[in-house]
Amino acid sequence: MELARKTRKKSLITLGILVVLIFISFLISLNIGFSRIAPIDVIKTLVGAGTEKNALVLFDFRLPRIVIAILIGAGLAVSGAILQGVAQNDLADPGILGINSGAGLAVVIFIFFFQGSTTTLGVLSIFIMPLAALAGGLIAAFLIYTLAWKNGVTPVRLILVGIGVNAAFGAALIIFQLKMDPSDFMQTTIWLSGSIWGSNWNFVLAVLPWILILIPYTIYKASYLNVLNLGDEVATGLGAAVEKERRILLFLAVALAGSCVAVGGGISFLGLVAPHLARRLVGPRYQIMLPTTALMGALLLLVADTIGRNILSTSEIAVGIVVSTLGAPYFIYLLMKTN
Amino acid sequence: MATKESEEELTLTQVEKRQDKITTRPFIATLILCIGMVSLVFCLGASISLGAVDIDFNTVWEWLFYFNPELTAHQIIQEIRMPRALAAGLVGAFLAVSGAIMQGVTKNPLASPSIMGISAGSAFMIAIAFAFFPGTSYFGLMVWSFVGAGMAACIVFMVGAFSKGGLSPVKLALAGTAVTAFLGSISSGIAIYFNVAQDISFWYAGGVAGTQWISVQLMIPIAIIGLLLALILARSITVLNLGDDVAKGLGQRTAVVRVLSTIVVLLLTGAAVSVAGTVGFIGLIIPHLTRFLVGVDYRWIIPCSAILGALLLVLADIGARMINPPFETPIGTITAMIGVPFFLYFARREGRGL
Repeated sequence: MELARKTRKKSLITLGILVVLIFISFLISLNIGFSRIAPIDVIKTLVGAGTEKNALVLFDFRLPRIVIAILIGAGLAVSGAILQGVAQNDLADPGILGINSGAGLAVVIFIFFFQGSTTTLGVLSIFIMPLAALAGGLIAAFLIYTLAWKNGVTPVRLILVGIGVNAAFGAALIIFQLKMDPSDFMQTTIWLSGSIWGSNWNFVLAVLPWILILIPYTIYKASYLNVLNLGDEVATGLGAAVEKERRILLFLAVALAGSCVAVGGGISFLGLVAPHLARRLVGPRYQIMLPTTALMGALLLLVADTIGRNILSTSEIAVGIVVSTLGAPYFIYLLMKTN
Repeated sequence: MATKESEEELTLTQVEKRQDKITTRPFIATLILCIGMVSLVFCLGASISLGAVDIDFNTVWEWLFYFNPELTAHQIIQEIRMPRALAAGLVGAFLAVSGAIMQGVTKNPLASPSIMGISAGSAFMIAIAFAFFPGTSYFGLMVWSFVGAGMAACIVFMVGAFSKGGLSPVKLALAGTAVTAFLGSISSGIAIYFNVAQDISFWYAGGVAGTQWISVQLMIPIAIIGLLLALILARSITVLNLGDDVAKGLGQRTAVVRVLSTIVVLLLTGAAVSVAGTVGFIGLIIPHLTRFLVGVDYRWIIPCSAILGALLLVLADIGARMINPPFETPIGTITAMIGVPFFLYFARREGRGL
């Protein structure tokens, strides 16, 4: 009991530190950017006493983007945590498995057929886009699951099939992309490499409900992830409907990844790195690990986006590029360590 | 009694399988070489005659023997179609032979230039050249491409060397994916920042459209050196494929064979990517197909892979023009569409083949 209380205390402290770090990053991110706004002015503007220009920059450009970074960072991280639990493989990630590219393909097709030009996106389509992405992600997940099915699904087969499906979607994406006019092409290229492209409040409203419903629901389902981790036989013995729960959890992961991809593009490796770091900090119990993962993902993506916006002062680097540049080496490190 | 029978059956099938494994089929191989050569010549002719302007075989024939620079058709053949067709053939052969060598030396069925991230390394360096040294010559691009291929190969090999339990096929695929993602994301960062995204993207997707004679001229010495070296190495690779111990027992200097093989792979892959971008899956499918057809002797596998690879890419390039005229479909997407089902079949067989 003593030990449990200690771990619990430690976990709560970790969560607290993460929240503080997110808040600090949040302030720094507000502070720097194309035009620098002094911290005192930021605070003034936030309480409604700043200049009109600062208010415009902060409320209409920076704040929604920051909020989106936090939301989809949390969403992708939790999605990765679920996939790792379901596949019982530490190297699973929506990007590597091809779920991102499925969602991405659906969005690109949607833009290609229904919009003509991404610059004229209507408000309504912003809300339809997560649905399109969800459909794409589900199709990808379904394809991977069925193609990997052969008297059950082994993790190795799941990952290899995912890589293959990813390649197929990648090829299809290029075909559509090259048919676009140059400005759309540029837009989708930036977006596919993972960029928070729609930084206005409508996009926040489009993803917020997904994140607000799905992440708490996942945490509610955490006990099943714990049980699944014990292996199928033990899980069945404990009375869990393994296959059914697995499918529900898979759906949750896809829904989270899909809605995040619709707004943030193909950000890979975040879903891999965040759960790993969280597991290191608070251990493998999903009840506490999932919230930590969500906060960790939010923090990482916020920092990555801030770096991407500012590393080269004249131009932005898509956040996905920053994440993969930092995440891929970590992935390789994990790959070398696991047996 | 029943179990004994089934045991006997099992061993019988096992023996059959083992015999099947060490079989070489020189007759089929010779057949592939001969028929392949003829088909290749025919497909090259078709590649020259088909396109935005159809040119009949007669004109191609005339061009070959009575070249007349006044005629537009002859000019098209001379300046556009011919280098393109030859480049497709050479790139296909290069990638297929690279894949065959890699699979033979590493005994890893998934080893191939695009899956191991070697193509991505090459493409990465080309992106750097595009962005920072816009006036780089073809020769310069090829050198960059070799450097990139070498760099990526080093990374993947190092991951293999330092990882617990070595590089299993799955780990190799994952390491390749990660290296590809890493180099790819930096490449696209460079592409977006320097505003050369569409140039690089089209090139990266792979294609031999717009190949000029200079590329073909630069590829020919590489073809001669690389393919000749591959053929010389072929016997040693066959032995190495039986396992290091066997190879050493037979007095082979395995390290030398590995180093030379790596050089050949880098030469061929670097050249192929510098001309056509990343054309995936050829280096994976063709060697498997060839092994299935001709058996395990690399003295047959390498030349047959070269012919079949050339044939497949010339056909894919014709497809690239015909699918959606007048637009070009990137050839890399066509090879991916052919390659992915094969890859999936392979992934499902994991446990046996892998």
